[in-house]
Amino acid sequence: MTAVDLGMPGLPTAPRGVGHLRGDEPFPDAARTALRNGQQRANLGHATTTIRNKRARVVAELPDWAQLREAGRALKAATMARLDDHLEELERQVTAHGGTVHWARDANEANEIVTRLVQATGATEVVKVKSMATQEIGLNEALEAAGLDVFETDLAELIVQLGEDKPSHILVPAIHKNRAEIREIFARTIPGVDPGLTDDPRQLAMAARAHLRERFLRARVAVSGANFGVAETGTLCVVESEGNGRMCLTLPDTLITVMGIEKVVPTWRDLEVFLQLLPRSSTGERMNPYTSTWAGVTPGDGPQEFHLVLLDNGRTAVLADEVGREALHCIRCSACLNVCPVYERTGGHAYGSVYPGPIGAILSPQLTGVEDNASLPYASSLCGACYDVCPVAIDIPKILVHLRGEHVEAQTRLTPEAAAFRALSAAMSRPWLWHLTQRASRLGRLLARGKPTLPRVLPPPASGWTRSRDLPTPPTSTFVESWTREHGR
Amino acid sequence: MKVALFATCLVDTLTPQVARATAVLLQRLGHEVVVPPTQACCGQMHVNTGYRREAVPIVANHVRAFAGAEAIVAPSGSCVASIHHQQADVARRAGEHRLADDAAELAGRTYELSQFLVDVLGVTDVGAYYPHRVTYHPTCHSLRLLRVGDRPLQLLRAVRGLELVELPGAEQCCGFGGTFAVKNADTSTAMLTDKMANVLSTHAEVCTAGDASCLLHIGGGLSRLKAGTRTVHLAEILASTEEAVTPDQTTRPAMSV
Ligand code: SF4
Repeated sequence: MTAVDLGMPGLPTAPRGVGHLRGDEPFPDAARTALRNGQQRANLGHATTTIRNKRARVVAELPDWAQLREAGRALKAATMARLDDHLEELERQVTAHGGTVHWARDANEANEIVTRLVQATGATEVVKVKSMATQEIGLNEALEAAGLDVFETDLAELIVQLGEDKPSHILVPAIHKNRAEIREIFARTIPGVDPGLTDDPRQLAMAARAHLRERFLRARVAVSGANFGVAETGTLCVVESEGNGRMCLTLPDTLITVMGIEKVVPTWRDLEVFLQLLPRSSTGERMNPYTSTWAGVTPGDGPQEFHLVLLDNGRTAVLADEVGREALHCIRCSACLNVCPVYERTGGHAYGSVYPGPIGAILSPQLTGVEDNASLPYASSLCGACYDVCPVAIDIPKILVHLRGEHVEAQTRLTPEAAAFRALSAAMSRPWLWHLTQRASRLGRLLARGKPTLPRVLPPPASGWTRSRDLPTPPTSTFVESWTREHGR
Repeated sequence: MKVALFATCLVDTLTPQVARATAVLLQRLGHEVVVPPTQACCGQMHVNTGYRREAVPIVANHVRAFAGAEAIVAPSGSCVASIHHQQADVARRAGEHRLADDAAELAGRTYELSQFLVDVLGVTDVGAYYPHRVTYHPTCHSLRLLRVGDRPLQLLRAVRGLELVELPGAEQCCGFGGTFAVKNADTSTAMLTDKMANVLSTHAEVCTAGDASCLLHIGGGLSRLKAGTRTVHLAEILASTEEAVTPDQTTRPAMSV
């Protein structure tokens, strides 16, 4: 039963017209285009296979992985059950440590708050630490519209920004690009770059480093996301690999952190579990290179002004769904993307949202309301590889199926598909009618005209199958029918 | 033991020889096979496409058809997984608690073929003879929902004359996914193409699996390519003996039973 059926007011979802949670076309259409991009498929196939194997190796090293995973799941479930209390505690602690907490109902409010805060400092540019929340709300566009310059400092995010591209992965936004393509982007866009730049990874990293260093040193305002926010201590935590985050979090005078409300954890000790689960699942490392934690401001050390923007943008609506709420447990490790056979072939852009892959297919439609992303729950063969690797054991296939149900039940008109499924349901629940239906399927034998397979050109929806696969000619008799004939009832 | 055979709607309608092979195999192992005539479908396709309300009467029919059975065996990991993980859920969601309890109780006695053979009957050598080069595709639902593990491989290794070749990238989905194959036909085909490339790289004569649906998909692709490799269900291989070997048996073009 949906919330509407219960007469509950619908909780607000992420608003339209702002941010990056909705695509321009349904997944099957976007995927069709993406599948033709052979270079992207080669890049993704290579990258996801490498990282997938690396993850499998380091996870296998831990004899207590299953217990850790269960601990992660249980901690998230317990936190969500009292999310309001934990958030208020976080606010109290951050405030007590000299920070300021802002509550943003949605993307528009969050963008307004951050823009206002930046403008109040008088700065004209901001440096950014890679953050999914700010991608989700389209913060860069909002700041740019206010006349501010925004510099992404994560290497992959920088590649995307310089290439005027879109991120296609939650951890490695430029995963769809190979070294040669990155060299081309840098050579074209970085002012004063060495004309002899090669596609050697070290050279590319050094070019980015020289380009960014200048920005770090002059930046007065930084914007970050957060991997975790510890309620008990008011500590924010950012986990990263390159050190760019550490620079942004320590050098500027003002730090503004935008955090989804689901990122709160109750106690400092909870980090013990998540900081083991996250690096092994995401980059396949035993420990991530940079883990930064801070609480409020420390006089004379680091930013002297700290703002925490707590973002809802549809999350409370997700929390209201008993089955779907598990999607809020996500720690954005990206392991599910890296093992997903659909993602590996279509890439992230086809999902139309900043959250691609299996987690995107369950999170985006819930944040926006299923009808605004109705094709995403179907963008999966339900193979279950995502659930197996998820470090907090989110049953993604189950939620996909649940959202398909929500979509079907949200239809007010009878679609041809629904009519067919209803008819089939009527047949499959009445043996006599089922046997008649099976017999009717034998009419296909007329189409086959003695051949073992049906013709390639069939009307939709069968055409979806027969365009690339043969369909066998139905046999003369079903098994149950012939068995019953032989053995009696 | 008296075993009730659940053919599954797809096998019954499109590849009845798979259910026949399952029955023959169980009888050869000394068990009595019954085929409840009112069986139809487990409801999986409805649930997985979003028609969970419409799935409830299908579940009810299934529970009625198999009520009282001692053990139920199906030659499909996917349908058995649905019986184990979905039937009771959709019934309960619809407020049909009695049906949910009955479905859960029945699920406890429902087995996928390889699990039934290895775990319940305790056999790995079923006395089969199948002189072919075979590769095995572990279908997603058998692998990840039912956790059948290497049971099918144990069974295949004990088949006389059978040369088993490892399938590269075996654990990747073939792209079937029920209505996914039609709703996302292009992505499904891209996955199938890579699966077929791996199957063909083994130079196997036969690609086998525990799910007729995935075999219908892989086999349909191989047939379209006019590839020589054919798809044969695990049950058909295990049912073959020196006396009753049908070298051209295939899950694909089924002209008669
Ligand atoms: S859903 Fe699980 S596997 Fe996927 S990104 Fe989130 S935590 Fe990682």
